[in-house]
Amino acid sequence: MSARRWAGDLAMGTRFAFTGGREGWVRALLTGVGVGLGVALLLLTAAMPSILDTRHAHEAARQDYSFSSTDIKPADDTIVVAHTDTVWHSKDVRGRLLQPEGAKAPLPPGIDRLPAAGEMYVSPALADLLRSPGTALLRERLPGKVVGTIGESGLIGSRELAYYAGSEKLVPLLGKGNVERIDRFGDTTSQGSEPLDPVLLLLVLMVFVVLLTPVAIFVATAVRFGGEQRDRRLAALRLIGCDGGTARRIAAGEALAGSVLGLVFGVGFFLAGAQLASSIELFDVSIFPDYLTPSPVLALLVALAVPATAVLVTLFSLRRVVIEPLGVVRTSGPGRRRLWWRLLLPLLGLLMLTPMIGKGNGGGDFNPYLVTFGVLALLVGITALLPWLVERAVGRLDGGPVSWQLAVRRLQLSSGTAARMVNGIAVAVAGAIALQMLFAGVDADYTKSTGKDPSRTQLEVDLRAATTPDATVRALRATRGVRRTVTLSETSFGARPETTEDTIQIMVGDCAALRELARISSCHEGDAFVSSGAFTDAASRKLMTPGHTVWVDPSYPGNTKGAEARWTLPAELGRAQVRKDALRGDLTGLLVTPSALPAKARPSLGSSVYVMLDPKVPEPEATEEIRTTVQAVDVLADVSIWQSTERSTRYGAIRTGLFAGAAAVLALIGASLLVSQLEQLRERKKLLSSLIAFGTRRRTLTLSVLWQTAIPIALGLLLAMTVGLTLGGVLMKMTAVPLRVDWPSVLSMTGVGAAIVLAVTLLSLPALLRLMRPDGLRTE
Amino acid sequence: MNAPAAPAGSLLTAEDLRKAYGPTVALDGAGFSIHPGEVVAVMGPSGSGKSTLLHCLAGIVPPDSGSIRYAGREMATMNDAERSSLRRSEFGFVFQFGQLVPELTCVENVALPLRLNGTSRKEAEKTALGWMQRLEVDDLAKKRPGEVSGGQGQRVAVARSLVTGPRVLFADEPTGALDSLNGERVMELLTDAARSTNAAVVLVTHEARVAAYSDREIVVRDGRSRDMERAV
Amino acid sequence: MYTHCVYTVCRVLGMSIGHTLLGLLESGPRHGYDLKRAFDEKFGHDRPLHYGQVYSTMSRLLKNGLVEVDGIEAGGGPERKRYAITDAGITDVEQWLATPEKPAEYLQSTLYTKVVLALLTHRDAGDILDNQRSEHLRSMRILTDRKRHGDLADQLVCDHALFHLEADLRWLELTAARLDKLRVEVAR
Repeated sequence: MSARRWAGDLAMGTRFAFTGGREGWVRALLTGVGVGLGVALLLLTAAMPSILDTRHAHEAARQDYSFSSTDIKPADDTIVVAHTDTVWHSKDVRGRLLQPEGAKAPLPPGIDRLPAAGEMYVSPALADLLRSPGTALLRERLPGKVVGTIGESGLIGSRELAYYAGSEKLVPLLGKGNVERIDRFGDTTSQGSEPLDPVLLLLVLMVFVVLLTPVAIFVATAVRFGGEQRDRRLAALRLIGCDGGTARRIAAGEALAGSVLGLVFGVGFFLAGAQLASSIELFDVSIFPDYLTPSPVLALLVALAVPATAVLVTLFSLRRVVIEPLGVVRTSGPGRRRLWWRLLLPLLGLLMLTPMIGKGNGGGDFNPYLVTFGVLALLVGITALLPWLVERAVGRLDGGPVSWQLAVRRLQLSSGTAARMVNGIAVAVAGAIALQMLFAGVDADYTKSTGKDPSRTQLEVDLRAATTPDATVRALRATRGVRRTVTLSETSFGARPETTEDTIQIMVGDCAALRELARISSCHEGDAFVSSGAFTDAASRKLMTPGHTVWVDPSYPGNTKGAEARWTLPAELGRAQVRKDALRGDLTGLLVTPSALPAKARPSLGSSVYVMLDPKVPEPEATEEIRTTVQAVDVLADVSIWQSTERSTRYGAIRTGLFAGAAAVLALIGASLLVSQLEQLRERKKLLSSLIAFGTRRRTLTLSVLWQTAIPIALGLLLAMTVGLTLGGVLMKMTAVPLRVDWPSVLSMTGVGAAIVLAVTLLSLPALLRLMRPDGLRTE
Repeated sequence: MNAPAAPAGSLLTAEDLRKAYGPTVALDGAGFSIHPGEVVAVMGPSGSGKSTLLHCLAGIVPPDSGSIRYAGREMATMNDAERSSLRRSEFGFVFQFGQLVPELTCVENVALPLRLNGTSRKEAEKTALGWMQRLEVDDLAKKRPGEVSGGQGQRVAVARSLVTGPRVLFADEPTGALDSLNGERVMELLTDAARSTNAAVVLVTHEARVAAYSDREIVVRDGRSRDMERAV
Repeated sequence: MYTHCVYTVCRVLGMSIGHTLLGLLESGPRHGYDLKRAFDEKFGHDRPLHYGQVYSTMSRLLKNGLVEVDGIEAGGGPERKRYAITDAGITDVEQWLATPEKPAEYLQSTLYTKVVLALLTHRDAGDILDNQRSEHLRSMRILTDRKRHGDLADQLVCDHALFHLEADLRWLELTAARLDKLRVEVAR
């Protein structure tokens, strides 16, 4: 077979793909759009490394931690940087105060000069935000006048909120946590990217596998739009003398044309999407359009793989088809479908996943290849199992009303076609169920470990720059929305001024504050108590002996010098029974009222103010008011919201996104289902009209169409639930998350699948009603 | 050229039927009448409107104007559901092509009209098998239409058209796709069965040898009908 | 086949030549010579009518009062009478056209003549065909009935007749389908 013959046949097929009147164009367009959507998603995936790399490079270039244990001395080329990140309506704002210490002070990326005190560079998104109404409280928090915008190189996303402000008051704050002196911006350690958290890596892999597998299956289905018509055309070609091989190659050419059109559409969709990309923000991640550069190798892979898949799928689907001059004959397979080899794929998948069990719980990294291929095998295994399942299940169905009988008999005759139609849906639902389960499991796990009870307090303010909490507390009490505050400070003591031994915790607060931590029978200013959670080893017990002399905030050799305050423990130490709902966990030492401590120990106290909100003031205004108040007093203070479900809202967003993605994939597959449904109906125009002629109710035929879609989908969803729950279970085992089934997400995914069936039936109704008009009987 | 007013004892009568599909006039004042037990051939060149006449008479397609009376009832006053029910219970149909549901077995196909009328499946298939016996195709009961020959399929279709005991049987080129021998056998079985149940048969055909199985013929030309018996 | 056909034409012509000439006169009075020429042109094919045959037919029609002599033109050559059709003659043509031919083999020439005459005289030629079909069907019904109740020999005999009748009818249908074209041709 010469290459020229091949080329000629393929070209002929290409011509057929676009000719054939309106119907031909519609089919080509549908194929193009279907494949195009898949290609766009694939290109996005191919651009993922570039997105991650660019973001990582930008992040590294602006890094302002020194990671060095030796202090840098002030010099001509040093700068003091304070982290003043804040949150505005649950969106992070990256804030940096800069105080250059000489003419050669380094410049962070994205700005062309260092802002003077009272000046500020902001990111474009922050500039937009500040221009919008209702942001006065945020404006109040930001120190200075906007004099410029931060360029793309200083940001990791188009929607990132960030600012650089000049300051002259940072040097005294050095060592207060988030203030540091550095001599350069950028990653000095150059250790490369940190390996991803194995669980996170698993989640990322899963999202891609779960969303891309149905897309791949969809692409495979999309190139087969118009299959029946194609069969007739091929038969006609055989009649005029083509041999079987030529007919096959022409069919392959048609599929090739559709997929190439799909590639063009896909690039179009991708470019259009990239233009929109800068205004899109997903899970607090936004990107600049030029991040979206597909890796050339991956893009080439997409460009080659999609047409190749189209051709292979076509040839594979014609495997059991004999194209005869007078029509296409489907040779029935050798008897019934066999189960054993169809089970191989899912079993192989499970086999690959088994060694990964328990790896997530600090047991090491997952092998990404084993995970990916394992999950892939399990999901793709569905497409092998489903035809068998449909054939078996449908073969047993019998009886029932006429509409049921019509549908069942049709399915019995062509169970393969029916199974193929729902393959994509089943795979998408199975993957989504597994992922939802995993997310729900990780969520539940996290929530349990936080132990934070938002009914006790709503906000926690960690003070940094302020030496005493008093000013902050006064300001907070005057702020709208604050009902009550509790102040707790913490420090520690050891046996010597300088020690390498373990130290004991001191929790400092007035009697009211201590009572938030523990049950105390009587408490007066000057009292001190031993926590019921205190360490009980001999050394610790000895340190906590009443009247014993100890050193508060001892120095650790080689580190910054501590307060080293000499303290004689009170002669009497009360006992404090720790509350189950204590504001602080891990109370392992003493609970002390402020006046019991020597004054010299004061500077060593790290204080937190817990704020109970006034429920009458609506959220999130109250929180924003408080953030603004706190930052005015202590620019470095950190305000965090107490939420037992804090993490779960973050995963919640991912889960919503996943749900939306899965629903979109399902809708896409639904569209292809609709197309093949309409095609089938058109083919049966004569039959439908004659059934109507002898008095068949339209309802009967409509119901039969519904059954015809619903039965395979129900079976598909059943299998999807089984595989999804199994995969979900395995994934939860892998991440060492307690096994549990998240029924709401299982049911919602199944519900979406069912909704697709209903929608497809409803949308095919107008065509069905039109076809059922008796005009179909006209032959003249 | 219109048929005269409905003669006494007529089961199905049409007067002055007009029907156009867009700009194409299919019927232009056609008339028709048939008695119980009568076989009437509707003849005429292709495109003359014979199939449209049949579709109108059977209540499949409503005419633009004119009157069709079946057993004393004016069809124009019936709604679609009533006409469908009429077709299910009183009429039977045989077409040239595309009438057997390919995925149902032959006996299920024959039983279909009964089941549409609410007969239980077992009973419907029993009756269906009886009719298949009369049409000499009972051995095909479990086969699907794709597995039987054209003549056999057409006999199955005839069995299906008769299974409800219709009072009027509409046959549109019932032998159109068959060879002479099969065609004649189908016609013999069809007319014998119809006569034995006193059903009227409206037989649309352009073949004289098929029309020769009728009692009289009506000729349709350019949308107008001519009743040859009354005209001579 | 050819001779067969020609022979038939002659034979059939003998049977209906009077009606044919009468029909030709319907469009207006003509001389005997004109009549012969018109006949030859429309129906004579390659066997023209003898003048003597025209003369004897016309005198028979004259005797039966179906035609009358419209005038005599003196001049050179033989006697030249001009004939015109009478009302009785028109009725006679009418009846002849409306009466279907007995279904028999080889009658298409008569039918052809009838159709052409109907077209020439602006009558509905389709009616002639319909009537003829009806007549044929009557015979075919009888044959079909006999076939259904007879033995195999009956069936074979009847089938032979049926196929021949069907062939006639098919020719009829074809002619009916071509009437418009024929009308144009005849009017020339």
